[in-house]
Amino acid sequence: MTPLLEASGIYKSYGHVEVLRGVDFSVEPGEVTTLIGDNGAGKSTLVKILSGVMPPDRGEIRLRGEPVTFSSPLHARELGIETVYQDLALAPDLGPAENAYVGRELLKPGLLGRLGVIDKKTMREKAREAFVSMGTDVKDMDAPVAALSGGQRQSVAICRSVMWAKGLVYMDEPTAALGVRQTRRVLDMIRRVADRGIAVVLISHNMSDVLQVSDRVQVLRLGRRIVEYGPGEADVETLVGAMTGALDGVR
Amino acid sequence: MTVSPDAPGVQVNAPIAPSTTSSADGGVTLSTEANTMGSEEVAPESAELKAFQRARVRRKLLGSTPLLMFGVLVLIFLVFSIAEPATFPTFANARNMIDDTSPYLIMGIGFTYVMIAAGFDLSQGSVLVFGQVIAAKVMVGVGGQGGWTVAVGFVAAIAGGAVWGLFNGLVITKLRVPPLITTLGSLGAALGMADLLTKGQDNTPTPNALTTLSTALPLGLSWRVWVALALAVVAGLYLHLTRYGRRTFVIGSNEEAARRAGINVDRHVIKLYMISASVAGLAGMMALINNTTTTVGGHATDSLIVVTGIALGGISLFGGSGLMVGTVIGMFIPTVLSNGLIQIKVQSFWQQVVIGFILILAVYLDQYKRQRRNRV
Repeated sequence: MTPLLEASGIYKSYGHVEVLRGVDFSVEPGEVTTLIGDNGAGKSTLVKILSGVMPPDRGEIRLRGEPVTFSSPLHARELGIETVYQDLALAPDLGPAENAYVGRELLKPGLLGRLGVIDKKTMREKAREAFVSMGTDVKDMDAPVAALSGGQRQSVAICRSVMWAKGLVYMDEPTAALGVRQTRRVLDMIRRVADRGIAVVLISHNMSDVLQVSDRVQVLRLGRRIVEYGPGEADVETLVGAMTGALDGVR
Repeated sequence: MTVSPDAPGVQVNAPIAPSTTSSADGGVTLSTEANTMGSEEVAPESAELKAFQRARVRRKLLGSTPLLMFGVLVLIFLVFSIAEPATFPTFANARNMIDDTSPYLIMGIGFTYVMIAAGFDLSQGSVLVFGQVIAAKVMVGVGGQGGWTVAVGFVAAIAGGAVWGLFNGLVITKLRVPPLITTLGSLGAALGMADLLTKGQDNTPTPNALTTLSTALPLGLSWRVWVALALAVVAGLYLHLTRYGRRTFVIGSNEEAARRAGINVDRHVIKLYMISASVAGLAGMMALINNTTTTVGGHATDSLIVVTGIALGGISLFGGSGLMVGTVIGMFIPTVLSNGLIQIKVQSFWQQVVIGFILILAVYLDQYKRQRRNRV
């Protein structure tokens, strides 16, 4: 089975600082792949490159086996790659349905559509369907997102990405600010996204989250991927050891 | 955006019910069980859902600023009517008040767009003057006394305004100068240019057709009232029903989110300032028709009144929310107050004092409403 997304030998420098030094990374469809690493290991740089925010200095990216160059985040999105940002990028005054369609508003058919009139009803219904199918039951698709709790906002952001993702979703610290119960719900949701055949790339600092939800864990350190663990191959200690370098020489 | 873990609005698999606590308004119910994924529940839910939505619409309507302000407007009207029953509640006076409001309304319509996108346009009063001076000069240049000359004047006034809008928009988006400073700068610059063109004198001749228009009262109200109302309807529909309008709200609510969603924010914002300045130019032309002369010195405090009207109408100064109908209602409050205060023979300087404080109160109320709505 070819990986959905495969990056090999990715290099990136900011001035004299070499942040990525030949990173290899691969993502399978229907799996939750977690990217972990200490601060400065290059996680966010790698994700920025793989979501089209910036180009690599060197290295190859293959999407569904074909070499690809992302010209912009929009280009990556057109290819079915979505990102759930850590700050969620929601418009707080707008409702969940409106947020789901930001930048992708549906127009009414016919003359009204040509005048730019949007189809609020269809958008609301489609967003509701998508949210319900993700296990998120939204009572009021028009109430401002600002009035929702942190976990609710998080699930709105995830649902929105999954609505549009045709292959891959990056999730940057999706449980960072959540309580225990809400974290569990978001993790369940991440699992469901993967069960639909979408590849999920999770960036997280929370080792117990990582172990609960991941199919594979890839560890970055000092700009390289140093190890990859399959299901059941790692525990918190091995992960922390790999991240910090304490296990060098053991494996 | 700050977040609160586990707020009381979250219920696991709870049936949909109209919320009883204000914080649960519009809650999301996250289920942890996979068996809710099917769509078999949709049919029985929809009746409850409809009831819920009806309740929400009712609550939204009753709690809405435009409706509240309409009540305030009626109250003010009643108070002055009791104080001056002979002169205040007459048709002629009502027509005066509507007529006085119309230029501010024309400007306010454009300002509403800018403010919903969390921008600000102080320059409108000067752009109005600039537009009317350009229109007067162009009409003299074209010559003639008839309707076509006036039509050319309209185009010139709007185009003259639009140029300032383009300037404002480019400075704000490309040079990243804050809107308040940019439009404060063009407030001075546009008036200075108008003064340069007229040497500060209001003696530019105007065509005769303008005089005919200024005295005409189609359907009992002046032309500028009809122009203002028609513009309000068109601009309101455009704001609330189209993609451009929706994106204006998104930009005002979270500009970064708009950018990440692939919206060309800079181009959108430049257009917004062009709308705002174009309608100021149009208001300039309407003022020219009304007075049959330029009014170079008469618009220094226009922006104060326009902002007050908008803020009273519930357009948030922080962007992202508001209704065009709010602008229409809010804009009447300063003029009705002024008119009433004159009629009960309060010294005219007091009007400025009152309007100034009302502006501050209106913005405070907006702030308060936001704090109550936002979690955390």
